[in-house]
Amino acid sequence: MSMRDTPSILPLSVQRLCFETDGKRLLEDVSFTLPGGGVTTIIGPNGAGKSLTLRLCHGLLTPTSGTVHWGAAPGAAVGRKRHAMVFQRPIMLRRSVRANLVHALSAVGAADAALRVTAALERFGLNDIAERPARLLSGGEQQRLAIARAWSLSPEVLFLDEPTSQLDPGATRQIEGIIASLASEGMTILMTTHDLGQARRLGVRILLLNKGRLIEDAATARFFAAPGTREGQAFIAGELLW
Amino acid sequence: MQNPYKSQQKIRGFRVLDVSGAFAAAFALIVGLDPQFLQVVGLSLRVTLTAVLLAALIGVPLGAWLALARFPGRSAVIVLVNGLMGLPPVVAGLIVFLALSRSGPLGGLGWLFTPTAMVIAQTLLVLPIVLALTRSTLEELWGEYRDHLTSLGMTGLRAIPTLIFDGRFALATGLLAGFGRASAEVGAVLIVGGNIAGYTRTMTTSIALETSKGDLPLALGLGIVLIALTLAINAAAYGASRVGARFAG
Repeated sequence: MSMRDTPSILPLSVQRLCFETDGKRLLEDVSFTLPGGGVTTIIGPNGAGKSLTLRLCHGLLTPTSGTVHWGAAPGAAVGRKRHAMVFQRPIMLRRSVRANLVHALSAVGAADAALRVTAALERFGLNDIAERPARLLSGGEQQRLAIARAWSLSPEVLFLDEPTSQLDPGATRQIEGIIASLASEGMTILMTTHDLGQARRLGVRILLLNKGRLIEDAATARFFAAPGTREGQAFIAGELLW
Repeated sequence: MQNPYKSQQKIRGFRVLDVSGAFAAAFALIVGLDPQFLQVVGLSLRVTLTAVLLAALIGVPLGAWLALARFPGRSAVIVLVNGLMGLPPVVAGLIVFLALSRSGPLGGLGWLFTPTAMVIAQTLLVLPIVLALTRSTLEELWGEYRDHLTSLGMTGLRAIPTLIFDGRFALATGLLAGFGRASAEVGAVLIVGGNIAGYTRTMTTSIALETSKGDLPLALGLGIVLIALTLAINAAAYGASRVGARFAG
């Protein structure tokens, strides 16, 4: 289930990323580098540009200006199967759990699809519900399937857009456990969250966005101990950013 | 034995319908598998099923394309297709008649007053239904699936098989609606088929003709089959949605 035998697509280098739509600038001059490994969390208030940043990195949107570079060679094309994304609201095809996994693997032309499906069902505890319609699962099970589906593609980088925002505490804990274990196995994870506790528990690094700008980029421990910006202090204190 | 075709009697100089006798005679036709009756039912089913099949072959891919494509004038095309769902059958019949008549562009084919002409006319009636329902079903699905499929690199034409497969139960309902419309219509097949006995006479044109002649048993018998067909179609549509909800969520 690993793609470590192929050259790494990391680091991910985001340079002066801007995104504009309907004459409104939603992301302004965002730059950061993701060298690989661990969980990096993007935090910030609603409308800060967190999900937008993930979508631009994953290639779902094209930046107005700025660049997203994968690997050492700028502009090198990176197949989408090397990085995968899980959305805030799990997108479940109108098929069984197993068929959802099979579909994703067929889409990327995986040769060992059957093996990967078996491994994903086993790894994420989905065996008992493998034949159930995915859309009839609970929120936690759906999110588990969404992560399993992304994991089955053997990505080197996983983008998670607020993966626990719609889950109860039990399901949240389960998903956090999965994220931590994936990171411990060497998968690079870039995720957005509103939950500061979650950012603290999971992340080794924090990117604070506000109004489309990157306000702070710091190690998690340092960010929570001594935020380097006034906005960082205000955000931790639970004050609204302006 | 009572003549099953004699369903009218005169009372004080007025013609009075013998309705109960007509019903009895109609059931006798159905149960006795009357050859004339079976021929009419068989032709009707053949024409309508062929028309629905053709409409599906054309309408589903075209509807899928319309669901995903973005081009100037797309909204106008959608309005036009939706509007054509209400195309009056006689107008469809007239259009096909003009196209297939001796002086029409397709007159040389010699299809007028044949079952082929009836299939074309019914296809014209069913196609907008299939096209419009496919478009709306798949557009809604695309809105839901877009991020996931794009993430997998499945955009444009590559997304269509997934959307059609996942929308299969809704599409089946659309096809059944098309079948219902085609099997019940009379105007178009009457104009382009000519209602020729034993050749282009369908259930609906027979009902119209036999009723005007006062031969109620055959009209009623065919009417009962049509109603049974309509009920079966609705049951199938309901079943498709139930199966969809159970197996696909």
